[in-house]
Amino acid sequence: MTENIQLNSEGKLKHFLSIEGLNKTLLTEVLDIAESFIGMNDQQIKKVPLLRGKTIVNLFFENSTRTRTTFELAAKRLSADVLSMSIATSSTSKGESLLDTIRNLEAMFVDMFVVRHAISGAAHFIAQHTAPHISVINAGDGQHAHPTQAMLDMFTIRQVKQDFSNLRVAIIGDILHSRVARSQIQALNILGAAEVRVIAPKTLLPSHVESLGVNVSHDLTSGLKDIDVIIMLRLQKERMTSALLPSESEYFKCFGLTEAKLKIAKPDAIVMHPGPINRGVEIDSKVADGPQSVILKQVSNGIAIRMAIMAMAMQKQGAAG
Amino acid sequence: MSQIHIKQGQIIDPANNINRIGDVYIADGKVVSVTHEPAGFKPTTVIDATNKIICPGFIDLSTRLREPGQSRKATFKSEAIAAASAGVTTMCLQPDTNPVIDTPAVAELIKELAEKAHYPQIYPIAALTRKLEGTELSSMLSLKQAGCIAVGNAQQSVKNLLILRRAMEYAASHDLLVMFRPNDYWLGNNGCAHEGAVATRYGLPSIPEEAETIALAQCLELVELTGCRMHFGQLSCKRSVIKIYQAKKYGLNVSADVAIHQLHLTENDMIPFDSSYHVLPPFRTEEDKQYLREGLASGTLNSICSDHQPHDIDAKLGAFPETEPGVSALETLLPLMLKLVEQGAISLQQGIAALSENPARVLHLNSGALTLGYAADVCVFDPELTWQVNAENWKSQGINTPFWGQEFKGRVTHTLQAGKIIYSLE
Repeated sequence: MTENIQLNSEGKLKHFLSIEGLNKTLLTEVLDIAESFIGMNDQQIKKVPLLRGKTIVNLFFENSTRTRTTFELAAKRLSADVLSMSIATSSTSKGESLLDTIRNLEAMFVDMFVVRHAISGAAHFIAQHTAPHISVINAGDGQHAHPTQAMLDMFTIRQVKQDFSNLRVAIIGDILHSRVARSQIQALNILGAAEVRVIAPKTLLPSHVESLGVNVSHDLTSGLKDIDVIIMLRLQKERMTSALLPSESEYFKCFGLTEAKLKIAKPDAIVMHPGPINRGVEIDSKVADGPQSVILKQVSNGIAIRMAIMAMAMQKQGAAG
Repeated sequence: MSQIHIKQGQIIDPANNINRIGDVYIADGKVVSVTHEPAGFKPTTVIDATNKIICPGFIDLSTRLREPGQSRKATFKSEAIAAASAGVTTMCLQPDTNPVIDTPAVAELIKELAEKAHYPQIYPIAALTRKLEGTELSSMLSLKQAGCIAVGNAQQSVKNLLILRRAMEYAASHDLLVMFRPNDYWLGNNGCAHEGAVATRYGLPSIPEEAETIALAQCLELVELTGCRMHFGQLSCKRSVIKIYQAKKYGLNVSADVAIHQLHLTENDMIPFDSSYHVLPPFRTEEDKQYLREGLASGTLNSICSDHQPHDIDAKLGAFPETEPGVSALETLLPLMLKLVEQGAISLQQGIAALSENPARVLHLNSGALTLGYAADVCVFDPELTWQVNAENWKSQGINTPFWGQEFKGRVTHTLQAGKIIYSLE
């Protein structure tokens, strides 16, 4: 029933909107291509001419420094012309509609949109209504998906653990509001992880969370047993005021990752976080900066993954003429 | 005056327990015979109903025609044509117009618009609370005197139970029917999809069924407390059906309807982020759909409404949660009811009763039946005629339907309102 608008008629990537609907071969291809870009980081000239002459517009309807920066760098390293626009949602909700914004930019001969928006489904909407030659990359939409973040996390996991099939992965924290978690869960399941476990109080879990293909725990201590990969999620301050949690300190006491709790997981477990970190809220500084943390590795991998995805989406374009 | 002879059709008139092939004779706007040709009957028009069904015109308990205030979405003219082509002869209008139907002037304006659209049987539902804000009572008695058939609060919740209690008491004092869609504002949490696997997968703000069932349970308690006559509209889930069943058994004076699309679609039918599936209450689960169907078959839910909500293109153009909820539903009402019959959920008599006799009873109207002396509101339809939902056939100004492009069986060929042919299929 779901037509996959992400793929063209030959099954190649056209848009990158969500992990759902993509198969293991395609996700592995993304990881492999990213691998080939990773060496570039150490070179004197950090550029390849793959997207020379192409115009990419970063459309950020929601603030984000890091994601926008890595997308910008990725585009520049592929030799594309890149323009980043931050559009306050208030100005679009009143005057110009989302579609008007897109139409105006289309008229300037853009080849790709990278979109971040606070509403679930915004990237799908743009992909459905934009001109057929334009590719859309979802850089995060509402609580729905953040597929490039999930892929850079998969890349980081593969770097350290090589294979997914024996891995038990715990995702801890605000699953309810997290587009990152949804995309990670889908990617881990498609890549064949042995188990995906979510650990959170009920107030931070969506209903029917098991239907995403996860096991559920409300207790960090027992939940971390046998875990190979620990993914901590950022906790937004407003979760206290909206009565989802009593206080930051109680949250840290129950779900904060400390050195003592980390010892419950497997000794070679790695610790990940999509950032930005709330030190002392979801994670102790000693763990975030400790030997098992791969948090900064995630950030550097972000550029290679985004280069890979942009290049793949554009390749389809070249082939189609 | 004109005399109309509808010939040799299958007459289905549940109120009078008629289900046979025969003729209907209409004179001076009224049904004069359904058995034999009255003496001296000289028809000015003869309608051949061979292989067709003749039944009472449909009564829709929840419709929006968008005027006054939102003529970019639809007009009385456009929607009166759509309604006539769908066999609908009486419509109750929800009060969420702009301005809201909370003063007699607006109710009178609507009556005037109805006259101009040559569609007299449009009954406004007055706002239960001023501006639908749930804080002050509307002038219900004056609104009743201005022609409002009931009071209700459209899609808005009444957050404060004390105000709801007083509104119900006041309505009961003037023997006004309260038509209400139960929805707890806080539990509803500004959601746009059913709280379940699909909303979770797509990260959509969700509405648990408890938003409906808890509000319904509170209302049922208040019905007992206030003695108010209450009709619950557009119920969407299993436990609401159970609650209505129990309340009726207990002896409360309540009735309930379901919107036609809720009997056909579930969360799993939604095409991801397709705004034509954005409705309130949201499409729920297969189990809920089955219970709604059974509720209809058992009479716990006595009526089907269209909950017609035509929209302009822009209202549905955006990311799913930001689009406006609602389906343009008048024209798919009959074929979707017939589909229920075809699927064995209800009998044809039950389906027709849920669209005519039963809503007439809810509203205390002398219609919804082919009773002698009643105004001749009649629908003639061909149950085998197939047609496609497309621009050529569609009459409503709002094309917001999840059924666009689909082929349906069953089409209205003639609609008569008070003995006047207001629609005939070319």
